[in-house]
Amino acid sequence: MKRINLKSHRNLIFVAAAIVVYAFIAYGMNSNLLPRATQTLAIKACYNVILALSLSLIVGFLGELSLGHAGFFALGAYSGCIFSINSNLPIELRFVLAALIGGTVAAIGGFLISSSILRLQGDYLAIVTLAFGEIIRSFIKIIPVTGGTAGLGGIPSLGSKLKTFTFSYVFVILTILVIRNIVASSHGRAITSIRDNAIAAESIGINIKLYKIKVFTVGAFFAGIAGVILGHYINFIEPANFNYNVSIEILVMVVLGGMGNLLGSIIAAVVITFLPEILRGFDQYRLLIYALALIFMMLASNSPRIINFRVKAREKAAGLYKKLFTRKEE
Amino acid sequence: MMSMAKRLLVLTFALVFLTLGFVGCGKKDTSGKLVIGGTGPLTGEASTYGTSVKRGAQIAIDEINDAGGINGIKLEFIFEDDEADGTKAKAAFEKLMDNGMQIFMGTVTSGAGVALNEAIKNEGLLHVTPSASQIEAIENPNSFRICFNDVDQGKAMAEYIYQKLGYKKAAIIYNQDDSYSSGLYDAFKKRWTELGGSISADTSFAKAATDFNAQLTKIAGSDADFLFMPIYAEKASQIIIAANEKNIKLPLLGCDGLDGILNYLTGDNAKLVEGLIYYTPFLASDPSEKVQSFVAKYKAKYNLEPDQFAADAYDAIYVIKAAIEKAGLTVEDTKLTAKELGEKLVPVMTQIEVDGLTGKITFSTSGEPTKSAKVAEIKDGKYVAKD
Amino acid sequence: MQQFIMTLIDGINLGSVYALVALGYTMVYGIAKMLNFAHGDIIMVGAYTIVVFITRLSISVPLAMILCVAFCALLGFVVEKLAYKPLRHATPLSVLITAIGVSYLLQNLALLIFGTNRQFIVRFIDVGNFNLFGVSVSGISVIIWVTTIVIMIGLYTFIKKTKLGRAMLAVSEDKGAAQLMGINVNRTISITFVIGSALAGVASILYSAKYLNVDPYTGSLFGIKAFAAAVFGGIGSIPGAMIGGLLIGLIEALTASYLPFNLNAASDGFAFVILIIMLVLKPTGLLGKKNTEKV
Repeated sequence: MKRINLKSHRNLIFVAAAIVVYAFIAYGMNSNLLPRATQTLAIKACYNVILALSLSLIVGFLGELSLGHAGFFALGAYSGCIFSINSNLPIELRFVLAALIGGTVAAIGGFLISSSILRLQGDYLAIVTLAFGEIIRSFIKIIPVTGGTAGLGGIPSLGSKLKTFTFSYVFVILTILVIRNIVASSHGRAITSIRDNAIAAESIGINIKLYKIKVFTVGAFFAGIAGVILGHYINFIEPANFNYNVSIEILVMVVLGGMGNLLGSIIAAVVITFLPEILRGFDQYRLLIYALALIFMMLASNSPRIINFRVKAREKAAGLYKKLFTRKEE
Repeated sequence: MMSMAKRLLVLTFALVFLTLGFVGCGKKDTSGKLVIGGTGPLTGEASTYGTSVKRGAQIAIDEINDAGGINGIKLEFIFEDDEADGTKAKAAFEKLMDNGMQIFMGTVTSGAGVALNEAIKNEGLLHVTPSASQIEAIENPNSFRICFNDVDQGKAMAEYIYQKLGYKKAAIIYNQDDSYSSGLYDAFKKRWTELGGSISADTSFAKAATDFNAQLTKIAGSDADFLFMPIYAEKASQIIIAANEKNIKLPLLGCDGLDGILNYLTGDNAKLVEGLIYYTPFLASDPSEKVQSFVAKYKAKYNLEPDQFAADAYDAIYVIKAAIEKAGLTVEDTKLTAKELGEKLVPVMTQIEVDGLTGKITFSTSGEPTKSAKVAEIKDGKYVAKD
Repeated sequence: MQQFIMTLIDGINLGSVYALVALGYTMVYGIAKMLNFAHGDIIMVGAYTIVVFITRLSISVPLAMILCVAFCALLGFVVEKLAYKPLRHATPLSVLITAIGVSYLLQNLALLIFGTNRQFIVRFIDVGNFNLFGVSVSGISVIIWVTTIVIMIGLYTFIKKTKLGRAMLAVSEDKGAAQLMGINVNRTISITFVIGSALAGVASILYSAKYLNVDPYTGSLFGIKAFAAAVFGGIGSIPGAMIGGLLIGLIEALTASYLPFNLNAASDGFAFVILIIMLVLKPTGLLGKKNTEKV
């Protein structure tokens, strides 16, 4: 009974906690207690969290490797920001509309690409998504309205950092709510069953193709929103913001957070946002650390020896815990 | 599975710790000093440019401080890496502000510069970029640049080639992923066709390309009478070697990005660029005393010949010095905020004249430099001025 | 017409380099059923060994070439042992991510050791130009054509005719059954990697001889294009890799040369557009086998 109760209220609890976190950061920003570099990075963390969550849905839950997430990111950024530059609405409304437009355009991209490659899976799908990301970037260079190689400038700003952060943060919360609820729903279970055993999933009547399209479309939608936040945050975007390395960086967030672990993805996204700051001076080692993290995470989650070690460590810890605390109770 | 409440607790703590980690990064004591900040790529593919700027500026800063400062004001120079990336530049700029930056001498690359426009406008501080050449990089009224912008340079080169050299049919190869290169290309092409020149072969390559044969075949098969390369020296040297294999003997022309090309072409390959003509603000072989003194100091300190990026940065620091002198700042004024200093320094920028390594520099109200350009030619393996 | 033929030859020259790299990709994939994303980066490392051995240490060219191939094979062995072997029973997704990690690792190690600046290589194979039906073709390109064809035929016969090759084939068909037949599956897969990496070593020699320079990102670009070529031809198929490589090379040369100049800047993306069209029409690639999974 209690369990069900908690479940039905968990969105509320989550929102409450989110507000606490927001209040904390907003206070830090408003009073300038937080260094300015941290304030700026807080905004960057917002779109990185959205990116990580949206890719997590595809890689962590559906189990398909997408190496072209930067492509969706770019589609959203360019379409939303072009709207924003050419519109005269109040900036707040413009930003929200831009986010919706960016998300929708990216979602259309996600829909088109996923429905055209339905027959592909695994390695083939990975190369197609990679190719797709590169194609998007190539074509941005030749469409006049995007500013080409020189980039798209003049994207309006929301105003203060706090305001930009607030709007971005709301989108982060919405993203978390939507993706959490998808994952926790029967749709989510269907998606993970495709990851775990596609043939078995199909045999119990799960429409794999339909779910693939849905997941890619939703994932792309949120990546598009992240793009719009990026654009309004740096007020300038160029094709180089969306290259293959960016796709890999998003993948690192998902992998580092633990595949199929939303909270982990969020934390990893925040950590990776701040990592260049933490490593200032040692920044040339950052990509090396990413590489090692990717390899290590995969080895750790797959090697029997390490799994064994983890199980044993957990048992030992539980034993120790029991020993310590039962004695006290006695 | 952890319960939801527990997960949220973990998340909150993670955030608290992360932010706490950054509170208390203390500011340095900078009383009596003016803090000049800069950003540029120190890592990544564009790192050579950022490194040169940092070094060139440091030499100027040391010279000024060793001579007793400006009216007793000493300069402090802090430089942050931006990897030539807009989002990184944004964080780097804020970090500089955290550390007490009062005058901004950056960015090195255009993309990062345009990404900072909003912040630079809001801060209202004096901004001098040594080398961001895209038009939009100095769109703020408090922004100035030392290098030529892409449009003026592309135009000037088109006029020089058409009017002085008398060539009429162009072959072009440019870098489609580089805003400097595509900016020059657009400007050159526009002016070139206005003048009545024709384009016989128009080719481009991607940033990561290593094979240029298809482009060169197209150029070899055209009736062009010169090859225009608005690209950086590193790529140009590869293309020139490949062009030689295709037996392309067209006169080679380029812009300031070609400066330093001899560093990439050793042995017999150096002969391939004999007669190459390029537009440049700076020549390390310039016999003038100030250039030679700079080159000697740079060589002594870094064991390298300075390039135009280093020279631009050196001039940027002296431009800032001239502005400080013109505005009559005193040691007291070093306590002013970046904005207050900006209000004093920006208006005098159009009144100063600096005789720098890259020529006699004055500024227009739009922030563009007015200085005489040099056209250089490679003769007997050396860069020499051409008229 | 002359111009068109020359562009075609440029495309074939470039394509044969892609084919050479794609052969390594496809062989490893065919046997071990894993995409060695780091294959291109092993070529980059190979090119750096050429820089060190020939340009810096001035070792004699034949010895340097042997050392280069040996070093690449050793690197392949180490990478396989440390990163891929523990993942034999892991999901393909984990293996692919690990491979991307290895690729990134090699790139950034090279970056730390040699810096971002491009390293130039002295011309160590000098064969001049050939005259083919009135068209001049660079000698090194002819060597690359020949090597690629020899390697293709060699690999094909090796797998079909030798005992080890047939063991590899058996492993690729059914690991369990191969084990029952007394084949050491683990060792066979490791050997496949070593051979694949030695091929990368050969590719790195020819790459260095043709382009005379290397930077840390060299391998990733060629890797991705060659990967596309292998997928285009049907990954796992040796003749497919050859055809895929040549086609991608031709597409790139033709788009770089014949696209109207306002589309010129997108020439890099066209090879990928054609790859996607191909995969939409034939999901297993040109010569790929249809692989239906049974429960």
